[in-house]
Amino acid sequence: MKVTIDNITIEVEAGTTIMQAARKIGPEVAPPAMCYYEPLKSSGGKCRACLVKVTAGSEKDPRPMPKLVPACITQVQDGMIVENAINEQVIETRKGVVEFLLLNHPLDCPVCDQAGECHLQDFSFEHGVASTRTVEERNTFEETDLGPHIKLNKNRCILCYRCVYTADQITDGRVHGVMHRGDHAEISTYIEQAVDNDFSGNMIDVCPVGALTDKTYRFKSRVWFSKPVDAHCSCDKCSGNVILWYRGDEVIRVTSRKNEWGESLEFICNTCRFDRKKTSDWTIEGPSKISRNSVISANKYGANLIRPAFPIQHAAQNFKQIEDDRDRSFLNIPTSLPAAEK
Amino acid sequence: MKLTNRTKVLEQGEMTLAERLYFPAIVGGMATTLKHFFQKPVTIKYPEQQRYLGPIYRGHHILKRDENGAERCTACGLCAVACPAEAISMVAGERKAGEENMYREEKYAQVYEINMLRCIFCGLCEEACPKQAIYLRHDKIVPAFLERDEVIYGKDKLVEKMDQRYLRDGWK
Repeated sequence: MKVTIDNITIEVEAGTTIMQAARKIGPEVAPPAMCYYEPLKSSGGKCRACLVKVTAGSEKDPRPMPKLVPACITQVQDGMIVENAINEQVIETRKGVVEFLLLNHPLDCPVCDQAGECHLQDFSFEHGVASTRTVEERNTFEETDLGPHIKLNKNRCILCYRCVYTADQITDGRVHGVMHRGDHAEISTYIEQAVDNDFSGNMIDVCPVGALTDKTYRFKSRVWFSKPVDAHCSCDKCSGNVILWYRGDEVIRVTSRKNEWGESLEFICNTCRFDRKKTSDWTIEGPSKISRNSVISANKYGANLIRPAFPIQHAAQNFKQIEDDRDRSFLNIPTSLPAAEK
Repeated sequence: MKLTNRTKVLEQGEMTLAERLYFPAIVGGMATTLKHFFQKPVTIKYPEQQRYLGPIYRGHHILKRDENGAERCTACGLCAVACPAEAISMVAGERKAGEENMYREEKYAQVYEINMLRCIFCGLCEEACPKQAIYLRHDKIVPAFLERDEVIYGKDKLVEKMDQRYLRDGWK
């Protein structure tokens, strides 16, 4: 099946969603995702962050789809043409989506432990507007504990349901879910019952915001002051592949490894996450690969090499390309440079 | 290499009799010196007298309290990551029940240290601060150090005292 996303055509299998096809092409065209989490079954379709414009439905029926569609749950059809970053309507709508997600989200990033690796921060920075228009009071809840290791801050929750799907996956019974409806909806466990499972800590990794945080890491450090290191151990419950977050010689946090899209592909057990906090427990593989424009790599891996995406994007939008048609074939530079290099 | 044709070669001529006597030149120099006795001095007696450094002078750091006396700093670390000299370090703590009037947010800086030997007084910490907590005072400078263990300023030296609050011209 051929599908064209932002003028780039790619061949995909039947049943692929637009999101998966776009991610195959690369991060430049992949729509943002707040609720969709590929390893979690039936996640997606909640947050509307990935809305895209379908300008031609398929080869047979090339009419455009009347409304923007969520890329994470819409399957591609042969000859479909999708516009993501190049469509004015999509960009305008995302500003609205950010505004809605932030309606009840407190502005407590300076306090929140997730700041620096928060998907909502990235999403609102890249797609939102700088100011807020709301004057209404935000919904506030008391902080609660989910078991001995996890802190639940419902203020920050954006109701992506990722943790609910995680809890469903790791336990047989239903212990964790969303109560009430609409504006009153809130994440909760069934009558303050603790999510008591060896893999419950993965809800922390899965959470795109700081609603579920690690109590052993609470206020210990900011993510950009800690140094991530890949490590493994022989664990009888999980794969044992983790990232250790060091501050000096001290392991302050253990998380699962994440892929390019911030998704942890292997869940790690609570013993690895909360109890093994000594270097002697682990076999160190080497420093984790962190994107150069992430704040986590600030002041760490060769600052001279950091080429942040935002200024490049800003320059591309605000400054004209230099028209230069001089013959420079003799320089042997490949003609198809990535967008950032031009 | 000559760039223009406007250069002039200076030729010193023979000195006149008055010049050769030196006396008129000495008198002229003395007169200039004497003239300055009756003028306003350009220097001040520094430690006793101090000049106004201007409204945006970047001097001694201060960690502001809010109007109720609670510390504004929430140990978010943005000043430390913005600091080009890596002079700032901090340890965050969780506010306990009953400390609401001491710290404004649920997290606060237990330890907040600025190494004044490293600090270059660029003001980027002030710019980065999302809580309007750290400022560089325009009216006070960091004194010279005599001992090496004086250079790291902790919260005792940085946090604003409620009886002598720091105000800027623009805030009044």
